[in-house]
Amino acid sequence: MSAKKTLFDKVWDSHVVHQIENGPDVLFIDRHMVHEVTSPVAFLGLKNRGIGVMHPEKTFATADHNTPTINQHLPVADPLSANQLKMLEENANEHGISYWGLGHEKNGIVHVVGPEYGITVPGATIVCGDSHTSTHGAFGAIAFGIGTSEVEMVLATQCIMQPKPKSMRINITGELQFGVTPKDVALFIISQLTTSGATGYFVEYAGDVFTNMTMEGRMTVCNLSIEMGARGGMIAPDDTTFHYIKGREFTPKGEAWNTAMDYWQTLYTEEGAEFHKELTFDGSQIEPMITYGTNPGMGMGISKDIPFAEATQGGASTYKKSLNYMQFDEGDSMIGKPIDFVFLGSCTNGRIEDFRAFASIVKGKKKADNVTAWLVPGSHKVESAIKEEGILDILTEAGFELREPGCSACLAMNDDKVPPGKLAVSTSNRNFEGRQGPGSRTLLASPLVAAAAAVTGKVTDPRELMLENA
Amino acid sequence: MAYDKFTTLTSTAVPLPIENVDTDQIIPARFLKATERKGFGDNLFRDWRYNQDNSQKADFVLNNPKYSGKILVGGKNFGSGSSREHAAWAVYDYGFRVVISSFFADIFRGNCLNIGVLPVQVSPEFLEKIFTAIETDSNAEFNVSLSEQTVTIVVTGESESFDINDYKKGNMTNGFDDIDYLLNIKEAITEFAKTRPF
Ligand code: SF4
Repeated sequence: MSAKKTLFDKVWDSHVVHQIENGPDVLFIDRHMVHEVTSPVAFLGLKNRGIGVMHPEKTFATADHNTPTINQHLPVADPLSANQLKMLEENANEHGISYWGLGHEKNGIVHVVGPEYGITVPGATIVCGDSHTSTHGAFGAIAFGIGTSEVEMVLATQCIMQPKPKSMRINITGELQFGVTPKDVALFIISQLTTSGATGYFVEYAGDVFTNMTMEGRMTVCNLSIEMGARGGMIAPDDTTFHYIKGREFTPKGEAWNTAMDYWQTLYTEEGAEFHKELTFDGSQIEPMITYGTNPGMGMGISKDIPFAEATQGGASTYKKSLNYMQFDEGDSMIGKPIDFVFLGSCTNGRIEDFRAFASIVKGKKKADNVTAWLVPGSHKVESAIKEEGILDILTEAGFELREPGCSACLAMNDDKVPPGKLAVSTSNRNFEGRQGPGSRTLLASPLVAAAAAVTGKVTDPRELMLENA
Repeated sequence: MAYDKFTTLTSTAVPLPIENVDTDQIIPARFLKATERKGFGDNLFRDWRYNQDNSQKADFVLNNPKYSGKILVGGKNFGSGSSREHAAWAVYDYGFRVVISSFFADIFRGNCLNIGVLPVQVSPEFLEKIFTAIETDSNAEFNVSLSEQTVTIVVTGESESFDINDYKKGNMTNGFDDIDYLLNIKEAITEFAKTRPF
């Protein structure tokens, strides 16, 4: 490798405490986000070892995975969920960790609240026991998901042991077309790379499309990095980033801000730095996307037909098993397929921009009678903005209800489960078999595509409705 | 947590020749509500293994008495998806100590190594040979040697080597975990922490 450094090298190298020969690096972690599902066994591990949390001030806990999205003021009905939530609260209190539980004004999905309160900053290392921690890479941080043993490791030592991943740069040039959102960009990339195409790599996204993207959009793209197998994805911080984080509760203030800015402005890939792999796509070629199979790599432009097994990468039998589960046939068109559920939410698309996009389509229309819609803000802050901006009125007028924040139907741990056989258009991140409830069938798409489906009751190209509304 | 040491294993194997087996299949999210690491094996591959009325699905390999053993053999890109270590726990708790595939998702591989399941990555060709060997004889045995870093089809004697870094190999051989290591260098970590600006 050349001496020129990539953005990833700069951040990684500055966090290496110790290198083990023919082994992993010991990496210092600046921010550790904790939630109720992947942490209890880690806290138990600390207890068994008789040790505490090394840096409670760098650790933040929120309840999100397992929480109901209605009647949050009432006790949680499911005893197992209630117990997990209680354990998180107890563990956080015992170790002096800030805890944003159910009903707390800062409560929300871990990857939504981190950036909202300025816990997420450029140049930091951020981990959480959730694979979509890659979201925080949008700020030029190295952020990735970890397992419970590693949660325990970070609680105990503020470090993690990781071999340094290889680097990949994905450039998207040009301008996105009308109706094409960051979600479509991400689904497009995954469809090109397949669900394992970036395994072993850490990705940097570069090019005009990302330079012109909002922070919300960058978060959506980085969030989905894991779906092509990447450890994480990141985007060099720029004025859009600095503008977004300035003044948030946990970001540096005054002189500390200036010092931080001096450092943050050095966070970019140097001209001539080499990547292990580099790919370039033309952004103007991307269409609104939709998935048709049981992994996020099985996606295509919404106007296309489902590919034939021979035309796809990977095993034909696995491909056919997948279509069989979805009850689709090779060569089918997705447009016009009747749907049963719509889910707007998750750490992928549960931010204010996503609700604005959804509202722009449903405005003045009515929810289709055959559709059950779950609209779940990513946090209380998003919920407040929805109300303040008048979006709630548009949604209510169109026959939609707003639920309370949480992961909800993204992983269906709570009661928000799509029933067996039902077809959902979902703005979340995974269309695995049963991900949204046993037997459920998921089509991943952008908030615009979800909105178009919600008002027409079937898979619809959102551009048609956008033209009508224009 | 510390786990049993691993040196070598000779066992029959259970074949799962499906690609992209994701962690939601290995253990669906609704079974992640426990607060202790116990009993996850019961729900390993829950929705492939059981019908919604909890009766067994006869055509799923774990319900076929012909196949058993401590080795699970999966198709390419095994363990993609979520970071839930519960997936590795379920594999371990069910009784598997080794998972063989031609390609593993990163987080799943790391989780396995952290809890005492050995992920063995072989070439696609060798994976096919393993599947064929099981198909020919469900009692076919395989030897996995960590010290030699080899996996051998006992009946034919065909063998392939696999990668594992020296550090992790040492941990698995001795039953050590990363936290033991890190606690030993805690002073260096404390010093380093002082240099972090935020
Ligand atoms: S919304 Fe989904 S992906 Fe995001 S943190 Fe929650 S469960 Fe994980």
